[in-house]
Amino acid sequence: MEGGHQKLERYSRQILFEGIGEEGQRKLQTKHVLIVGAGALGTGNAEVLTRSGVGRITIVDRDYVERSNLQRQQLYTERDAIDRIPKAIAAQKRLREINPTVEVNGKIVDVTVEEIDQLVSDVDLVIDATDNFDIRFLINDSAQKHRIPWIYGGCVSSYGLSFTIIPGETPCLNCLLETIPLGGATCDTVGVISPAVQMVVAYQTVEAMKILVEDFESVRWKLVSFDLWNNEQSAIDVSGLKKKDCPSCGESPSYPYLSYENQTKTAVLCGRNTVQIRPPKKVDRDLHVLVTQLEKQGGNIEQNPFLVTYHYEDRRVVFFKDGRVLIHGMKDIVEAKKIYHQLLG
Amino acid sequence: MDIHVNGEKRELSNDIQTIYDLLNHYKLADKKIIVELNADIVDSSQHIETLIQDGDRVELVHFVGGG
Repeated sequence: MEGGHQKLERYSRQILFEGIGEEGQRKLQTKHVLIVGAGALGTGNAEVLTRSGVGRITIVDRDYVERSNLQRQQLYTERDAIDRIPKAIAAQKRLREINPTVEVNGKIVDVTVEEIDQLVSDVDLVIDATDNFDIRFLINDSAQKHRIPWIYGGCVSSYGLSFTIIPGETPCLNCLLETIPLGGATCDTVGVISPAVQMVVAYQTVEAMKILVEDFESVRWKLVSFDLWNNEQSAIDVSGLKKKDCPSCGESPSYPYLSYENQTKTAVLCGRNTVQIRPPKKVDRDLHVLVTQLEKQGGNIEQNPFLVTYHYEDRRVVFFKDGRVLIHGMKDIVEAKKIYHQLLG
Repeated sequence: MDIHVNGEKRELSNDIQTIYDLLNHYKLADKKIIVELNADIVDSSQHIETLIQDGDRVELVHFVGGG
């Protein structure tokens, strides 16, 4: 543990800032933040909050580092990409180096309805750093159920937006969107530049700081968006969109997205030309047994403590211990399932 | 017609008469979007019939999934 003097030194400039001060700093150190996703927004948010001295940070991600991440995912290095280190592990390592006084926990998890309640139930704040709306609607329902604030962020090309959702106060994501948006531009199709990521990170982390030091007066109630390349910015007061009959945050909520039937079992990963398949029930896959099975089928096998990579014809297939499989080089879910069953029976 | 879109002055062809035309112009008509016209939110069911005029201030926020 760091002594009082070193602590004051580490956070001196932040304590001088009148919005935080010693009182705020003390509060920050008692708080637990969940960051869902360790991609561009996740690594940016995690670095700011780790440096700022939040007490505990849990960061969860289902993927591993690839070279195409390095242009904007600020915690990762070339080595992480070469070794295909799971993002949760690489992020945890780097964050602990940055500030060893913060309790950082990285978890390799594909967050679904099974995991979300447990993850959300003992945190003070959730940061959305995901890349799809399926999981955002899950976060939205779970955060409402547990009365935990969460901060939406999204970006693509040079555009980004953010909104802070406080149960009982603001409209929720379901109020604003009503249904899960389908399709649309992704970093897969139109790319993304790092300044757009950083801008959303700034909007999210400053709101996080306000909430964690309990300065709710200063919270930005508006939906903000910007396009950095086209010099546009906007802030809209959406408080009128809060719906009394909203199934997620209304007077008698049913939290529809926490029902298992509403969950997707396969997903095309943003920016990756990759299909993920997860078994209907969670399994603890023995990677050694798997390697033995795959060796019989030929092809090239690589392994690290977290996953197995199998080169099969012109495909690359990655197996995680939790049962998930990523099939690279395709977006066709049906074709991906065929390969999955060919390899695993 | 000159209007302000997200704080920037934009000169638009006179063919653009409604919010719906404007969203089509920006290729946003099929997106999840929140539209504010002169500080009031315009419900999505009203986009087709809501006229825009010279000097209007429009804010367009569409939701994206990337992150």
